[in-house]
Amino acid sequence: MALALILLPLLAAALAAAIRSNRLRPWVLPPVAVAHLVLTTLALLRPEGADVTRWFSLDPPGRIVLLILTLLFLACSIYSVGYLRCRSELSNRIFCVGLLLFLSATSLVVCARHLGLMWVAIEATSLTAAPLIYFNRTPRSLEATWKYLLVGSVGIALALLGSFFLAYAAVQKGVDSSLLFDDLLRNAPLLSKPWLHAAFVLLLVGYGTKMGLAPMHTWKPDAYGEAPGVVGALLAGGVTNCAFLALLRVDHICRAAGEAPYTGRLLVFMGILSMVFAAVFMVGQRDFKRMLAYSSVEHMGILVLGIGIGGGAVFGALLHMINNGLTKAVLFLSAGNIHRAFDAKTTDEVQGAMRRLPLSGTLFLLGFLAITGSPPFGPFISEFSILNGAFGAGRFLVGAMFLFLLLIIFIGMGRTVLTVVQGRPTAAARRTTYRDGWLTGLPILASFAAVLLLGVYIPGPLNGLLREAVRFLEVRP
Amino acid sequence: MVVITMVIHLLLLLLMPPLLLGVITKVKAGFAGRVGPPVLQPYYDLARLMRKGMVFSTTTTWVFRAGPLVTLAAVLLAGLIVPLGSFIAPIHFTGDMVLFAYLFGLARFFTTTAALDTGSSFEGMGSAREVTFACFSEPAIFLAFLVLARLSGSLSLTPMLRAPLTASLHGLPIASLVLVAAGLFVVLLAENSRIPIDDPNTHLELTMIHEVMVLDHSGPLLGVILYGAAIKLFVLSAVLLHFLVPIQTGWALTDWVLFVAEMLGLAVAIGVVESAMARLQLRHVPTLLLAAALLCGFGFLLMLR
Amino acid sequence: MISLLNALLVTVFLLNLFVLGTSRIRALIQAVALQGTVLGIMPLFTHGPWSLMTAFVVIATILVKGSLIPQILFKALRDAQIKREVEPIIGFMPSTLLGALGTAASIALAAKLPLAEGHAQTLIVPAALSTIFTGFLLLTSRIKAITQAIGYLVLENGVFIFGLLLIEAVPFLVELGVLLDLLVGIFVISIIIHHINREFASLDTRRLSALKE
Repeated sequence: MALALILLPLLAAALAAAIRSNRLRPWVLPPVAVAHLVLTTLALLRPEGADVTRWFSLDPPGRIVLLILTLLFLACSIYSVGYLRCRSELSNRIFCVGLLLFLSATSLVVCARHLGLMWVAIEATSLTAAPLIYFNRTPRSLEATWKYLLVGSVGIALALLGSFFLAYAAVQKGVDSSLLFDDLLRNAPLLSKPWLHAAFVLLLVGYGTKMGLAPMHTWKPDAYGEAPGVVGALLAGGVTNCAFLALLRVDHICRAAGEAPYTGRLLVFMGILSMVFAAVFMVGQRDFKRMLAYSSVEHMGILVLGIGIGGGAVFGALLHMINNGLTKAVLFLSAGNIHRAFDAKTTDEVQGAMRRLPLSGTLFLLGFLAITGSPPFGPFISEFSILNGAFGAGRFLVGAMFLFLLLIIFIGMGRTVLTVVQGRPTAAARRTTYRDGWLTGLPILASFAAVLLLGVYIPGPLNGLLREAVRFLEVRP
Repeated sequence: MVVITMVIHLLLLLLMPPLLLGVITKVKAGFAGRVGPPVLQPYYDLARLMRKGMVFSTTTTWVFRAGPLVTLAAVLLAGLIVPLGSFIAPIHFTGDMVLFAYLFGLARFFTTTAALDTGSSFEGMGSAREVTFACFSEPAIFLAFLVLARLSGSLSLTPMLRAPLTASLHGLPIASLVLVAAGLFVVLLAENSRIPIDDPNTHLELTMIHEVMVLDHSGPLLGVILYGAAIKLFVLSAVLLHFLVPIQTGWALTDWVLFVAEMLGLAVAIGVVESAMARLQLRHVPTLLLAAALLCGFGFLLMLR
Repeated sequence: MISLLNALLVTVFLLNLFVLGTSRIRALIQAVALQGTVLGIMPLFTHGPWSLMTAFVVIATILVKGSLIPQILFKALRDAQIKREVEPIIGFMPSTLLGALGTAASIALAAKLPLAEGHAQTLIVPAALSTIFTGFLLLTSRIKAITQAIGYLVLENGVFIFGLLLIEAVPFLVELGVLLDLLVGIFVISIIIHHINREFASLDTRRLSALKE
């Protein structure tokens, strides 16, 4: 089953590469997305423990990430068909092939139960995303791609070193040194502490770079700002969640070794730091796509904060993965539409988006409300859970800082979004004849509906999935 | 036995050095497709220079006349401290490695001051360059000696230079010695003004380092300088040979013959290096010397583990 | 065995210093290729009895690090028509000195780390730390895009050296996966470099500073 999830997009990529017609090629994407969704549903319905090999299996956190990935990809693939129709002046071969390879690589990350294999998969996601960022072929997007590649590669190299340190923690103690997660979890209490600490730091920095935690986030504003909206949605919802999954698994091992206080401290620190950076840079941000990048930095901080606090906050963090992914899809895709309509992305040129593009503009505004944690949307529930967990664990300062930073971010982001959305359309609005269409509008609407649903009621199966994952991650050494 | 060793040591020290210069020139000529001057040409040159008269500039003082002589005396003394081949040096005491280094320093000091004494700008330029490059090559020599001191546990040159021999017999750190040998080879080229640091055959004053310092000397004093340079080459080669060929047969005669052969071999190697490479740009020379110092430094670091 | 391994690692140290001090990009690529080849043959000295798998990994590593990746880089270099690196933020000589200091520090640090039996006599951990430091130095202080990419390669070499300590833990399949990722990574980087050269008519990364707050 896991292999099918990985191989299907690969085959589709080969097919997409072979198709010559620029018009026909994007239509490969939605069927593959649907097939992937079907396979995912089948995999989630199977009882745990069925068709598990030591190298490939779906652990509970992995199931959640797989679910988000497949839903996100479905939305983005439908959107891409409409988007690529508007951008028919560029050849979309690399784009389509890249998207499918990206799906394959992210599926591999989720299914891999070996530290080294997971590393290979994350590097693969990073490499497949690079040509996607460069889709616009402008000097600015080239610069963004270069920074993304370089910073990302260094981060990945550090993550590899961290993985090696982790393996060495076992070798040095003469313990069976396999890098399979099951073995590492079993042997965790026996691992050498200095090497384990060093490994955790390196893995946090390395995978944190891929996630976009501060201070390794410097590539994010450039990459998210210059990439097409679709790519931004996939990066913000897909790559970040994959990297977070890797971090989750590593933290799991460290906690099994009894190092929970140490890792918790580091994670809380990085979480708050990311939120601070996001808050500082969001105030007065004129480019609304860069603003979304900083929002992503903020939410990565929130995820890491949740895991660092532990206890009840873990449920919140896992739920937040889903909420964040879906809301980012809404935001990025609608931002992409607005960019298309105004042919600009700064607040001095883009105003009155709600009148120019009723659907996208409204959804952009509602998405902003959702992502900053307003009820009745999904992120409110997850952030509230984390806050609850923080106060419940007695971390009052952390909780207070969390609230304060959320407030600042709300104000900063609100200024930009309200300027973009409200008022009369500027002169730039008349530059293009772009209109909201079915293909570019429906995915955003559907994602938004999901966010709204999750804010009101968490479906039983999903709740079960989340609880299972929390139970799985809760380890007593 | 000891007396015979000392006598042979003295004879070699006094008589062999110009032969090395001749061999190097012959090898370079061979590479260039020429026949070149006879191998014994330096001896004829020295004899000729001794017969000539001397001209002294009115700006010079006694330093100018004393410079070459002090240089010669210093390097001769250094030659007496260095053990040749597998034999003991005529003079040896604890700490003579420091004396060795400072004798070279003294020689360099007097050469440069004699050059500055002429008051000419060219010589001043050459002196400045010479001293700058010495700043980089001296640490290399000291680091090399540190490696040997740690290896042999003594501070006298004779036991120190024997150490590579015993080390290779017992399989001790070869990596360190190889690194130090490489560093010392570069220092050898630098101290004796060979390509790639300095071209001894250039006639363009702006490109000279060593040659320009001796532009104003003539007659016997020039001969003394030439002779002193040859002895410097001989002495440093002797030091390097201990690293390169740490072999010792039991018999004295074969050891001496082996030593002479190794010396000539090293002269040929220098000739080959000079022919194969071009002279480095002046601003890159410090980088090369720094690299040599770092090589010796590495060797030392590896010894410390 | 150990002294031979150490001798090879000493060449890695020296190549690090050379890489920091040279401004000729061709020489830089050749040095990194040589470093990759030396690393490729090292598993023969660390992985116990030689098997078919060992031989395969050795050949694959030498092929990728010693031949394929340098070829990609040479092609990018030819395309860009540059020969030398511009005087970087930290000059060449200070970089070399810094690299030497870093190497000394890594040798000292490695002596303090708790290492398993038989690993303490080898120079693997100092070599790994020193090469990683060199890679970082190159990556952050150099100006041309291609030398930054070479810095990344050196960084990966350093991580690889550390991996030599993990004979049983990291199965060959993963090592091959890492190699493949490296190859594809360099391939993608070289394509981007090609585009940079076309777009900006230069590989000077100081020109890539349009994106700011």
